[in-house]
Amino acid sequence: MAEAATLSVDASLVLKRAQQGKSYWRRVWERLLDDKLTLAVTAMLMLLLIMVLFAPWFTVHDPYTGSVLRRLKPVGTLGHWLGTDEVGRDLWSRMVYGGRMSLLAGVVPVFLALLIGGFLGILAGYAGGLLNSAIMRLTDVLYAFPSILLAIAITGILGSGLKNTILALTISFIPPIIRISESVAAQTRHLDFVEAARASGARPLTIMRYHILNNVLGPILVYATSLISICIILAAGLSFLGLGVTPPSAEWGLMLNNLRQALWVSPLVAALPGVMIFITSMCFNLMSDGLRQAMDVRL
Amino acid sequence: MWAFTLRRLLYAVPVLLGVSMLVFALIHLAPGDVVDILVPPEVPKEIADGLRRRFRLDEPIYLQYLAWLSRLMVGDFGISFFTGRPVAEELFGALGNTLIIALPAALLGFSLGIVLGALAAYSRDSWLDKVFSATAIIGVSLPHYWVGIVLVAIFSVVLNMLPAQGMGFEGVPTSWTEIEHLILPVITLSLIPMGVTSRLVRANMLEILSQEFVGTLHAKGLAKRRVLYHTLKNAAPSALALMGLQFGYLLGGSILVETVFNWPGSGGLMNLAIFRRDVPVLSATILVLAAIFVVINILVDVLQALIDPRMRR
Repeated sequence: MAEAATLSVDASLVLKRAQQGKSYWRRVWERLLDDKLTLAVTAMLMLLLIMVLFAPWFTVHDPYTGSVLRRLKPVGTLGHWLGTDEVGRDLWSRMVYGGRMSLLAGVVPVFLALLIGGFLGILAGYAGGLLNSAIMRLTDVLYAFPSILLAIAITGILGSGLKNTILALTISFIPPIIRISESVAAQTRHLDFVEAARASGARPLTIMRYHILNNVLGPILVYATSLISICIILAAGLSFLGLGVTPPSAEWGLMLNNLRQALWVSPLVAALPGVMIFITSMCFNLMSDGLRQAMDVRL
Repeated sequence: MWAFTLRRLLYAVPVLLGVSMLVFALIHLAPGDVVDILVPPEVPKEIADGLRRRFRLDEPIYLQYLAWLSRLMVGDFGISFFTGRPVAEELFGALGNTLIIALPAALLGFSLGIVLGALAAYSRDSWLDKVFSATAIIGVSLPHYWVGIVLVAIFSVVLNMLPAQGMGFEGVPTSWTEIEHLILPVITLSLIPMGVTSRLVRANMLEILSQEFVGTLHAKGLAKRRVLYHTLKNAAPSALALMGLQFGYLLGGSILVETVFNWPGSGGLMNLAIFRRDVPVLSATILVLAAIFVVINILVDVLQALIDPRMRR
């Protein structure tokens, strides 16, 4: 889960790279193209995204209509190659359609947390002083909750549903992102080029947008990709508890919950939705590892 | 050292106050108040408002908060809406049950993680490293509640070797049949800490091994085992920080695993409280778990400072 971050910006290394001619992002891109594993998992995620977006093209059965006559058919049944669930709905259709909610609830909170946390972190790190104390002390309070506990508390109290799930997960992920961006921003703040920009009369907002953001972006992006993998597991976990997406929506965690009672009848079918959560989460983890290496970021 | 510890302890006070405010605010953000939960909607409004006055819900919000806080200070967590028993009694029993699986899980996960991570770093790029690193990444990507289900499917449904659900005893397990109930939940809970710890330890060790002092130690003719000791000592502080965080996540995240195994722990209690809308139990559970997390973090900071004097700033 959220790892305590220690980061350092090595000025001489940055200088050396700059003198080599190619821009930082171009070099990152070249390194990524050399990394077969990262390319493979990115391709898999793209495929998943396409399948989920164009779900009707990849499925035959409607994910919401079931039949009492076709309940809990095993994997490999004719016409339902992954079997059917506890009310006779095609499992493959539900897995594909379920990806919509799962991916949405896995990506959107991280993206929102990135925007809000990144902004607050850069602001705190660059401004220093009182503003820094105010933001960071508030972060400490949120940090006192393990992220899953905070998410459960929020959805548990405000009620289930996709909107509250996204809200809860966004709030849980803001504190670690603030911490990371604050620590990088605070380190960059005294580097020469920032001082130079300040001396040349650039306004604080401009400095933050151009100079600080560029340095914070790498570490934060790497961290956010790994957060997506956690977020997918947690979002599905909330639905699994009955706190996330509500029935009859197809969502991987909710399917896992509904199929739990079927575990004794048809263990393989009951375990299948979890495979999707696992694969997606692992792809994001591997992608984060690849990005980290390509961007040469230490988290 | 004492000054550092004291400073950390003092800093916990405002954090805990903030935590209590947040929990209080969350509960008051929820649609409807306590009376709406307790009495059926057909009760006349006058009676409901009478109850509101009795529970002092008509007072300004900050007075309500202060009253709640002062009761918390003396350890009064209120009475459960659902069972009518003191919340403290229910909560601490449940916390004990959670610790029975969380402690062994943490021990298993951390020790396996350290060993796997250190071995992987020491045999960098060999097949051993690849296998261990793959294990670690699988460990951090697995939804642990699903692993619980799969383990139950294998060991309870198919092989019929281990119990699928429940605790089967009270207090501390004393016999093998009672310990059997622990096996699946403990393995399930230990996966994430194992994966996260081994990834961090591996990365840390690799970085430390590339530092100059390690070369010096080798050059001085120190045995490999002694060099390992030095590296481990340098890798310890950040690993400790991570393990503290992970233990907190373990306690908070056990709600999912406890649901899978029907384990009567703090997570199970919280889950019940949410669906029964048992506000006193819910707020107390959140608060106490967060407080434990804060205390763990202080302990970790102090331990870190003990190992690495540079941290005592």
